[in-house]
Amino acid sequence: MPRLRDLLLQGLVLGLVAWGLLLLLAEARSRMAAQGIPFSFAFLSQEAGFSLSEGLTYAPGEGLRPFYPSDTYLQALVAGFLNTVKVALLGIVVATILGLLVAAGRLSANPLARALAMGYVEAIRNTPLLLQLFVWYFAVLLKLPPWEKALSWGGVILSQRGLVLPQVGLGGGAWGLALGLLAWFLLRQRPLWAWGALALGLLLGWALLGPPLVYSAPERGTFGTRGGLLLSPEFAALLFGLVVYTAAFIAEVFRGAILAVPKGQWEAAYALGLEGRDAFRLIVLPQAVRIAVPPLANQYLNLAKNTSLGVAVGYPDLFSVYSTVANQSGRSLEAILLVMAVYLTLSLSISAVVNTYNRRVALRWRL
Amino acid sequence: MRLLKALFGTPGNALVSLLLLAFLGWLGQALLLWGLRAEWRVVGENLPYFFVGQLPQERLPQVLGFLGSLALALLGWLGGLQVVRVPRPRLLFLLGLLGSLLLLPWPPTLWGGLLLSFLLSGAAMLLAFPLGVALAFGRQARLPVLRLLAIAFIEGVRGVPLVSLLFLAFVTVPLFLPEGLRLPQVVRALVAFTLFAAAYLAENVRGGLQAVPKGQWEAAFSLGLTPFQAVRYVILPQALRAVVPALVGQYIALFKDTSLVALIGLLDLMGVARAVLANPQNVGLEREVYLFLALVYLLVSGSFSYLGRLLERGLGLGVR
Repeated sequence: MPRLRDLLLQGLVLGLVAWGLLLLLAEARSRMAAQGIPFSFAFLSQEAGFSLSEGLTYAPGEGLRPFYPSDTYLQALVAGFLNTVKVALLGIVVATILGLLVAAGRLSANPLARALAMGYVEAIRNTPLLLQLFVWYFAVLLKLPPWEKALSWGGVILSQRGLVLPQVGLGGGAWGLALGLLAWFLLRQRPLWAWGALALGLLLGWALLGPPLVYSAPERGTFGTRGGLLLSPEFAALLFGLVVYTAAFIAEVFRGAILAVPKGQWEAAYALGLEGRDAFRLIVLPQAVRIAVPPLANQYLNLAKNTSLGVAVGYPDLFSVYSTVANQSGRSLEAILLVMAVYLTLSLSISAVVNTYNRRVALRWRL
Repeated sequence: MRLLKALFGTPGNALVSLLLLAFLGWLGQALLLWGLRAEWRVVGENLPYFFVGQLPQERLPQVLGFLGSLALALLGWLGGLQVVRVPRPRLLFLLGLLGSLLLLPWPPTLWGGLLLSFLLSGAAMLLAFPLGVALAFGRQARLPVLRLLAIAFIEGVRGVPLVSLLFLAFVTVPLFLPEGLRLPQVVRALVAFTLFAAAYLAENVRGGLQAVPKGQWEAAFSLGLTPFQAVRYVILPQALRAVVPALVGQYIALFKDTSLVALIGLLDLMGVARAVLANPQNVGLEREVYLFLALVYLLVSGSFSYLGRLLERGLGLGVR
């Protein structure tokens, strides 16, 4: 009776695991109750009483606004989550671009570019991310001159207080530009008309509504800046560290994917009369993307999880807010279970999105 | 001449080369100028501290003996796999193993510095091995309950940051222990690292299992082997052989990840560096200390990758 035996075996394993977990839980509960702090999530609605250096939180009726010490622990964790999402999304975009550049360097015909790209990849992949974050924060950003002697270079201001970047926003003329682009898209079969319409939209918009892009360079005062985009040293250290670290891995993914496309594909493209760049763009790249997607998704996941190292440089991401909450409220177990559930949800949703995309680009074999 | 042509053959290439050369020159000059003025004494004075932590000086020979025995065991193992040629590999392996077990510095609270990073990653990898292999088989099991449990564990561990697992182990392990028994911090970190390594190991081993052709199972059964014997003598040896390079890679990653224990106050290589920098004498010497640390990590990871390549070649992977 193999079926009966299978059922019994499964029941036995399930029972053992459940029994073990329940035993552990019961033990933990009774231990916590004996210490006078029963297991409960009620602390989440208590007042936090600490402040965060940056970040927005959600308040009912007010929407997104900065976090105040009078907010609850839950709102602190929400602020941490939003900070995590911010640095993760930005990091993924910038790391992908840098990774593409480095992969191009590694595949370049120029031996100097190849050697440099390889040195970068090896040095970055063989040292811990934590060390790199410390280097960015303590050895680079905090060693910048103080505010009074800040380095200023083309609208970028560097000092111990962080990085101030010029802000580029959309101006009134952007409407004209948008209409021009739309016209260009609709008329793209007839290039002369299309480009004419684009130029007309741009010029008319500029003349009537002002410039399409507004560039506001930060102004330096004695105590701070006006205008511009301020990156705190903590945010900048975490972002740079994650980007530089992950880009080395992403570069290897792209390089591997491009090399994995069979050589015959290049030859077939040349045989059809395509030039080098067109052969790459039309034949090799689409196939390489297909190979690169699953490992690329893995790197994105790693980057998202690694944002938890913000705790090392004092950036208020979800994990470092957790450690403050745990210290203040004494509720480490409840808080860490909550935080781990959030990370797990984040990871599973990233992989769900990528799997969907992967199914769309994956080869379908038709018989 | 060929190099010159490769660097400056076309105008675009020449421009790239010039830009990169200018960058390299600027970088080299800045590094040289800084290196000459840097206070390297902070590294020299604390050298033993970086490598073995607070281990008493008189036990240094023991640690050297331990590392020597470990190297001997490794040599014997490689010899047994015919990756390198040594006389009597089996004897060397056993001698090395015995020596390293006898000379292992005890208790674990004494471990520190690079030695701690080493021992923590090595112990986690060893302990994770049986669990990881079991999970890999569980993930492929025919029985849905086993499969789901294995998948839940693997995905659960891989879906959260390692640092949160480390904190979880720190918070919960004391809750589950009998009253009065306190595990040292190192052991609690080891629990977290073992679970973490097992989940990743399971995925690597699964890759190996999938690489073993189905005919091998059928052949083993047709010889009259029981399922256990088939796994032990036919399937697992082939599966593990295929994933040796991946396992070396995983070990390197784990070795780098041990630096996270510095965040919970343990004195591994990274923790020692932070302790040294917290000393008022050494304020502002981050660059010197971190550069030294990066070189140590590079050297260790680099030698392990070299070992991995040696193994790959010796095992004839991708050739046979």
